[in-house]
Amino acid sequence: MELQALEISFRLAIFTSLLLLPIGITLGRFIAWSHRPWVPVLQSLIFLPLVLPPTVLGYYFLVAFSGQAPLGSLWETLFNKSLNFSFEGLLIASIIANLPFSVQPIQHAFSGIDRDLRDAARTCGLNPWQAFFKIELPLIWPGVAGAFVLTFAHTLGEFGVVLMVGGNLSGETRTLSIAIYDQVQAFNLDAAGQMALVLLALAFVSLLLLQGLGQFRQRRKV
Amino acid sequence: MTLGLHLDFNLESCGKIPLKAKLHIQPKELVALLGPSGSGKTTLLRSLAGLHTEVTGHIQSGNIEWFDSAKKIQLKPEQRSLGIVFQNYALFPHLTALQNVMLPLFKLSKRDANQKALDWLARVHLSGLELRKPHELSGGQRQRVALARALVAEPRLLLLDEPFSAVDQATRHKLRRELALLRHQIEAPTLLVTHDLEEALQLADRICVLHHGQILQVATPNELMSHPTSPTVARLLGMHNLFKGIVKDVTKPKITVDWCGKTLCIATQTVYKVGQTIEWMATPHSLILHRPDRPSNGDKENPIEGRIEELVILGPHVSISVRPTHAPELPLRFFIPRHFVERQDLRIGMPIFVSLLEDQLHIFD
Repeated sequence: MELQALEISFRLAIFTSLLLLPIGITLGRFIAWSHRPWVPVLQSLIFLPLVLPPTVLGYYFLVAFSGQAPLGSLWETLFNKSLNFSFEGLLIASIIANLPFSVQPIQHAFSGIDRDLRDAARTCGLNPWQAFFKIELPLIWPGVAGAFVLTFAHTLGEFGVVLMVGGNLSGETRTLSIAIYDQVQAFNLDAAGQMALVLLALAFVSLLLLQGLGQFRQRRKV
Repeated sequence: MTLGLHLDFNLESCGKIPLKAKLHIQPKELVALLGPSGSGKTTLLRSLAGLHTEVTGHIQSGNIEWFDSAKKIQLKPEQRSLGIVFQNYALFPHLTALQNVMLPLFKLSKRDANQKALDWLARVHLSGLELRKPHELSGGQRQRVALARALVAEPRLLLLDEPFSAVDQATRHKLRRELALLRHQIEAPTLLVTHDLEEALQLADRICVLHHGQILQVATPNELMSHPTSPTVARLLGMHNLFKGIVKDVTKPKITVDWCGKTLCIATQTVYKVGQTIEWMATPHSLILHRPDRPSNGDKENPIEGRIEELVILGPHVSISVRPTHAPELPLRFFIPRHFVERQDLRIGMPIFVSLLEDQLHIFD
């Protein structure tokens, strides 16, 4: 078992899932409730990573993170290091690649809040922030928790984008799925099997959690 | 206390849902906004609450301007201090009945808010159910929680959006009675949105008839039922027997009208010109039925000869349709008691007389 790869995978998954929460809540709420004509365009852009091959996505990240591109050069100017083949680059790529897994469950949860309920919160004297914390958040939390679990599980198993953007730098970008691939290439199937089992168990527990959250949401609907 | 709680509004909108409504409501007054589906009732209610903003005009509660499109004043819903009971109550499902009622009191201390919410739950007969979540309450109990939540913060305006439509008939009657009792404790003006005429007649001080976003008539229930201002209002109120006639003679306080070849006398104080076309209505109280072989009192007043075309038994009442001999295309429809049909042995096809009492016939201005 490569503990360092496991630690990087966990770190990446935790940071990705946590940073995606505010982004997912903002975008999910906006898409669920906005009637602007360009919302379908935004939604398609967010859901693009679902259908795009990870290598294609990884290629575009590689290009965008290079010193010749505005984002890459800005990063190099600010931090004096390249985004490509770094943990930070991996994190940014991972956040964007996981947007649909975060936005979709939260958007679904917001769609489940009736317009009258939102209006009732306002006419009870709550301003939009108070309505968000006192009414909306308690109602959507199963969706938020679902988004967290889904993003976490998906990031742990991410391979294509990680390989393209991060490569295989031990201690920096070598995640568990990269390590499995590496061990299989070296015919070290026992080590690959152990790590695969860890990912399998985590994926199964995540799905179990998601099912539980779904049932909770069903029960609470009036 | 009631000083300065009146509501004035004059709103217009020419968007997707057209609106043209102007009204003044007194403190403690309950005005029913009556109209069919799509007449703009809910849009008007949402505009008053500040939840629908695509309108022009002004809304004033006492001396506080809630909205003035000319002065660019637009108070947010949470700044208007109003209470709404939504059609499906919109109770917060994650909060108990008590927490739902406490929510508008979030500016008070927890102890005061708790006490006030408990008081209101007691007033709406929900003591003992404070800790139940909405899904653990019946439809009627949810409605009461919604009413307590709308009233607990002493709003400047109470809006009721078809509050009795989601419960069964027995509960509806009970809740209406409770609201009729409770409304004397409400200082603010109340606007009740409904499509149910019976509900409006039972609860409202005045009824405001809305159609295609326009207020057609505002009147007390009695005035509205006896003097609808236009045939449209009469039809919206479910009234039948609206006809046209030509004024033949004017001898105050009566006029003689030609109704498709039949001469009718109608009592009126209004001045009409000979030859003028008028629209008139035979109100339910103006129609008296006689069998030709059994004459009775009043059968000389505007007698109309005809045949019974339809007799439909509807519980204790019978809906009857009579085709006049002189104008078979203009049937008279009205209700009579079932025992009358049985006692008089009325049958379909039977020749019959209908008298139209001249002082009960209504002419539209």
